[in-house]
Amino acid sequence: MSLVHKYPDEVKQILSKYPPEGKRSAVMPLLFLAQREEGYVTKAAVQDIAQILDITETDIGSIIGFYTLYHDKKEGRYRIQVCTDLPCALRGAEKFMADLCGSLGIKVGETTSDGLVTLEAVTCLAACDKAPMFQTQGPDGIKYHEDMTVEKTMELIARLKTAVGEVK
Amino acid sequence: MAHILLRHREIPDLNTIDVYKKNGGLEAFKNAVTKLKPNEVTDVVKNSGLRGRGGAGFPTGMKWSFIDNKNWPHYVVANADESEPGTFKDREIMEGNPFQFLEGLMLASYAVGANAAYVYLRGEFWDIGASLDKQIAELEAEGYLGEKLFGTEYSLRLYTHLGAGAYICGEETALLESLEGKRGQPRNRPPFPPAVGLYGKPTIINNVETFTNVPLILAKGADWYKTIGTADSPGVKIFSLSGRVNKPGNYELPLGTTFRELIYTHGGGVIDDRKVKAIMPAGASSSLIMVDDEKVLDTPMDYATVRTLKADLGSASVIVIDETVPLDWLINKTVHFFKHESCGKCTPCREGTYWMSHLTERIHAGHGTTADVDLLLNVAKQIQGKCLCALGEFSTMAVVTSIERSRQDFDRVVKAQ
Repeated sequence: MSLVHKYPDEVKQILSKYPPEGKRSAVMPLLFLAQREEGYVTKAAVQDIAQILDITETDIGSIIGFYTLYHDKKEGRYRIQVCTDLPCALRGAEKFMADLCGSLGIKVGETTSDGLVTLEAVTCLAACDKAPMFQTQGPDGIKYHEDMTVEKTMELIARLKTAVGEVK
Repeated sequence: MAHILLRHREIPDLNTIDVYKKNGGLEAFKNAVTKLKPNEVTDVVKNSGLRGRGGAGFPTGMKWSFIDNKNWPHYVVANADESEPGTFKDREIMEGNPFQFLEGLMLASYAVGANAAYVYLRGEFWDIGASLDKQIAELEAEGYLGEKLFGTEYSLRLYTHLGAGAYICGEETALLESLEGKRGQPRNRPPFPPAVGLYGKPTIINNVETFTNVPLILAKGADWYKTIGTADSPGVKIFSLSGRVNKPGNYELPLGTTFRELIYTHGGGVIDDRKVKAIMPAGASSSLIMVDDEKVLDTPMDYATVRTLKADLGSASVIVIDETVPLDWLINKTVHFFKHESCGKCTPCREGTYWMSHLTERIHAGHGTTADVDLLLNVAKQIQGKCLCALGEFSTMAVVTSIERSRQDFDRVVKAQ
């Protein structure tokens, strides 16, 4: 089903935020809408957005590629995005990341075998005083988790697993 | 002193419209729209001496007066893309005291005759975007936003717009490109946004913290504001303190507070009582201020005085580096950040950050030679002054200053050649 049919109210609301000559501005919120369910933007959704905004699919592809919060392939249902930038690294983020990899049995960039979690290292998230920290990107949007330990993270992952059920 | 920006620390529930109004909120906006001419609002801000808090420190009222009144409509955009490593102040403002920020944005809109204003948030501020949407709806419901406000001819709407993860969008022209639905790559300047901005129209862009200063300046007057801070840098600043200190966090202090007071009185001193080796006063884009002499810590943090240490105060995101931190590790971190965030538009930045990352990686891994350190310095200097925006320049600051100011740290980890 196309975006307009699936989310008619949201699409209308998004378009209302911008003047007619600035319709293209809606591409970013529409991409977030498109990846809400599957966690990535499908080819069909790209075609939908191209049609809604009267821009090319290539244009949209260049935007998906430019911004780190858009994804064009299916990975974990939740992404755990750990900040390992300088201020967080000065407060233990690198060790936290290494220990978390150990507990999950995956490397940075990999997905757990149940398809639940993809682990990523990201740049500064504006939470430098509460490191180690990460955000989760998933069906419920983006959530911050601050002053984290590996134990607290594993508990969170168990809760996420219950929330979405088994995903393959 | 009571807070001016982080007032939620004293006033519980200030992020609700009722509590904000009970504490004098929204009166400045109503008063401006019903009793002041737009240019009178700009004049008060100009007289207050307020400087932009996003990094450049440009006088705010002067920026507003540059709006091109021959080209309409006008827009105002709040830069809430807070992405500089070490900066986390706008987030606290928008979570704790959002109405004061929005009222500042509304006052700026009235001052420059804009009927629409956008808050450009980094995409990671997803939840803040959702709560701002609710707060904007409340302002509409109570008649502070919408058509013909308070029976005047003035109308105003506010909208939020989420970015999607790109440091470069904090640069104002890249932000405009992104808001227009394009890749966030900086524009050539001039023309500057007050002449040609969003959708080609005159646009004022300020940082969240800058806007948050405005309601109290209007309510209490420019003379009151100038009693705080220094003559050149009036007012308070939120210092985001991070790195190797016992109590990292946001500290709202008058401009001109010393590094020592911030780090020791407020920040609880350095972890394990180690010595401060260096300070990065403006996040990852900073020059390193080497603290070889303890007296450096007594420097007042205002825009002009920090410059005498050959560094910039920028957004005042103070990262404390202690004596145990190897500088080759540090610049490897900052260079990888800028390599990741380079938008790719200008060759010196795109290629330069790539080559710098190879060199810092090699030096940090212990495979470097003295010639690599020289080459790294050379590559960094080739980037400087050759890019459209400041990102290229920023990527070299920690590299150049740490090598030039503390070469022995590098000679220790490389082989002589």
